[in-house]
Amino acid sequence: MIALGILLALVLLLVVFGLLFRLQILTSIFSGSYVRQIGLSNRVNAILMLVFMVVGMAAFAYSFIANFDKMNPPIASVHGLHTERMFWITMIIIGIVFVLTQVALFVYSYKYQYREGRRAFFYSHNNKIEVIWTVIPAIVMAGLVFGGWKEWTNIMGPAPANSVELEIMGKQFNFLVRYPGRDGKLGPINYRLIDATNEFGFNLNDQRSLDDFTAGEVHVPKGVPVLLHIRSRDVLHAVYSPHFRVQMYAVPGMPTKFWFIPTKTTDEMRAQTGNPNFNYEIACNQICGRGHFAMKSTIIVEEPDDYVAWYAQQKSFAEQNPDVLAAFKNKKTPVIEEVPAATTAAPAATEKAQAAL
Amino acid sequence: MAATNIPTGGAHAQEAPHVQHHAAGDHHDEHDHHDQHWLFKYVFSQDHKWIAKQFLISGIVWAFIGATLSTLFRIQLGWPEAQLTWLEPLLGRWVEGGKLNPEFYLALVTMHGTIMVFFVLTAGLSGTFSNFLIPLQVGARDMASGFMNMLSFWFFFVAGVIMFISLFLETGPASAGWTIYPPLSALPQAIPGSGAGQTLWLVSMALFIVSQLLGGVNYITTIINLRTAGMSMAKLPLTIWSFFLTAILGLLSFPVLFSAALLLIFDRSFGTSFFLSDIYIGGEALNHVGGSPILFQHLFWFLGHPEVYIVIMPAMGIVSEVLATNARKPIFGYRAMIGSLIGISLLSFVVWAHHMFVTGMNPFLGSVFMFLTLIIAVPSAVKTFNWLATLWRGNIRFTAAMLFAIGFVSLFVSGGLTGIILGNAALDIQMHNTYFVVAHFHLVMGSSAFFGMFAGVYHWFPKMFGRMMDEKLGYVHFWLTILAAYLVFLPMHYVGIAGFPRRYYAYTAYESFNQFGDLNTFISIAAIMAFFAQFIFLFNFVYSIFRGRRATENPWNSTTLEWTTPVEPGHGNWPGAIPAVYRWPYDYSKPGAPEDFIPQHIPYSQTVSSNLPYEKEME
Repeated sequence: MIALGILLALVLLLVVFGLLFRLQILTSIFSGSYVRQIGLSNRVNAILMLVFMVVGMAAFAYSFIANFDKMNPPIASVHGLHTERMFWITMIIIGIVFVLTQVALFVYSYKYQYREGRRAFFYSHNNKIEVIWTVIPAIVMAGLVFGGWKEWTNIMGPAPANSVELEIMGKQFNFLVRYPGRDGKLGPINYRLIDATNEFGFNLNDQRSLDDFTAGEVHVPKGVPVLLHIRSRDVLHAVYSPHFRVQMYAVPGMPTKFWFIPTKTTDEMRAQTGNPNFNYEIACNQICGRGHFAMKSTIIVEEPDDYVAWYAQQKSFAEQNPDVLAAFKNKKTPVIEEVPAATTAAPAATEKAQAAL
Repeated sequence: MAATNIPTGGAHAQEAPHVQHHAAGDHHDEHDHHDQHWLFKYVFSQDHKWIAKQFLISGIVWAFIGATLSTLFRIQLGWPEAQLTWLEPLLGRWVEGGKLNPEFYLALVTMHGTIMVFFVLTAGLSGTFSNFLIPLQVGARDMASGFMNMLSFWFFFVAGVIMFISLFLETGPASAGWTIYPPLSALPQAIPGSGAGQTLWLVSMALFIVSQLLGGVNYITTIINLRTAGMSMAKLPLTIWSFFLTAILGLLSFPVLFSAALLLIFDRSFGTSFFLSDIYIGGEALNHVGGSPILFQHLFWFLGHPEVYIVIMPAMGIVSEVLATNARKPIFGYRAMIGSLIGISLLSFVVWAHHMFVTGMNPFLGSVFMFLTLIIAVPSAVKTFNWLATLWRGNIRFTAAMLFAIGFVSLFVSGGLTGIILGNAALDIQMHNTYFVVAHFHLVMGSSAFFGMFAGVYHWFPKMFGRMMDEKLGYVHFWLTILAAYLVFLPMHYVGIAGFPRRYYAYTAYESFNQFGDLNTFISIAAIMAFFAQFIFLFNFVYSIFRGRRATENPWNSTTLEWTTPVEPGHGNWPGAIPAVYRWPYDYSKPGAPEDFIPQHIPYSQTVSSNLPYEKEME
């Protein structure tokens, strides 16, 4: 492929040199004052306009269809299916506008090319037409805004009470995952408690932390709302999982959240895609340093029963690290001021704002 | 021989009675211009035309640097497995064992963005054409303050030198993305580029902002105060309206970036915590508590969004002018064009947070910004329809400038439409920071602004340098460039719809993002083609300055005032009195007129045959 690229570049260079040569000849012929002639080249450019449009649109349509499946990996969340529908409706609307305006542009360019003796139509404005083409886009936009706003408030609204909760913490360059354990409550964590073993900064002086456990990847049950608490312990990251249409920044000092309902298990997806290696992936989608491009994690969607079984097998962090627990016990005083467990001011404000609407 | 023919050269300057423009200033009036030391004529010049050329040539140099950087990272993306040892002579130790260093990759991306957005499309585009056209088109001898104007260029120049030096630092230039989001940009522990490289970036940008403000104040003042007799605001060419509003946007928004940069400097160097909180990095917990990285994003995008209009509006103005001139038709809906520019300007200040839908910002704010963002599509649509209506039933001459103006409209439409998707918060959840965004803004503000710039250069080259650029080379340049632009950016949409994140060094680690290897190679080849096509322009530009065919005073039969000056206007622009203006700038193909254009300075009394009923009384 490199060879091809170099070859292309060379061919292009040759073309350039050829033109330069021609130019040299031309400039030696012409000298003195310049009077513009409108001749053959005007006609050639006009024809090229038409050719560019026809060939370009055909190639665009062909490549779009040829790549359609590749650009549409299957979707596996409830809201993802809604936004996907909206995405393609919007694409169709802008596709129509795209075709109409580009055709007008190139066809007018061709059709109204210079002709000897013709005069352009002196036409400076038409208020009626201008009002029409201001109002129509405004109405279409209003429709799109309304649809988007409805969907957005549903997605960003409060998670259902029966949600499975877990926390994802971004760090250079991987994601750490934490589950609340049997009590269903994520214990408070503090960045000052972080060290090589206690990567999350668990505060084991707090009862709620004792049964929290960490996991190498995200496990969630199918068909149940999942609420991701998201935070970062160093720079910005973003939890991005395209199959679920999930994306939210991980911000140091400001926990964020996102909830969704997975609709297909990993196994179902493997069968559907015919790819035995298929995995739902989390990609970091906010530049975070050297390893940004490889900062990933996996989401495993299981049948609810399998999920419960997996959950039951997990050992809490405290249980796995008795020495850390002992160190906390030995220090009588609670360590430092508490950082509130993953809650944000923002969603509360949203709920209020929504109530006001 | 060639030397005497260069730009605003001496010969014509001597004829110009350069009287009025210094009368108000405290400049040394006793000095005549032909006595000027060459240093003040060619280097520290106060002539707006010369300063414009300085901006243009710096802009071109920067564009080639920026494009080279993009070629480098496109090589990495197109051929992730390739051995790049052959790049070692250029990049030295940034190539490690035949592989590009991933941190250097991020530096390339960062510097490409910074250079293109600020140094090329802000300074190179608006700096060149605002400087060149404002005094010439409003009918002024020079800018309100020639001295401040000169300072504006030299602040920009120093900013450029500093940014250029940062490319060669041992720890690399700034690498946190052109948006320099902290904490990454604040902590050298996080990425080496956030050390000295980021410091130089911030210093350079602070100087750049000073340059923008000095320039902007001048543009605004000149347009408001120095219009020639009869040149009411409603008779200004659309170029001037666009430069005017661009300058206002810059003046109001750049200081906010300055404040963000200043606070970031404080966080980096003086231990404050504006943007930092709860950070454990490099094996230690930092003392910063209570800051918010999101605050930085608000400050950044409060500039950053108007910035994209600062980039695109001058191009819109240039394109309106070029389209009308070469379609030999009045621009359709002159007042609507001004109205939509004003609408875009106002709205551009209230849409910034659409860059931040998924940052954890309050979702209610997201709703508000989605609403405001989608409104801004309306004035943009009006402009597009008006351009199309301008072509309708025209008599089109395809000059190189005209081709680029048509190309601008095409790219602006293609790129602008996808903004409707990205502005929708619910859809942005998936699209945010993917190649869909990259494709969108490279079409709508990158490529189109470049096309506007090319249109401007081809169109006003004769007035700048007294010679013509070669048309045929211009045609080849145009067709190769528009083809390459589409070949690069249309496939990027596909990759983006599939969810490919931007700023990724390679996609090989993912099961989700490995289906488009071929397409990435294809995009890279097209990008390299686009890069090489620009050498045609470069050659044409340099060659034509010295050897181009000589221009006439008004080679395009245009109506605006700059074409009433001599072929090479001297300092002071008009050898005699400044012409007065009687009519709007778009009297093309007026029924009853002998020629197909009537310049602005022709009074109605001389055009009795073509006057419209309501113009009769002005005869």
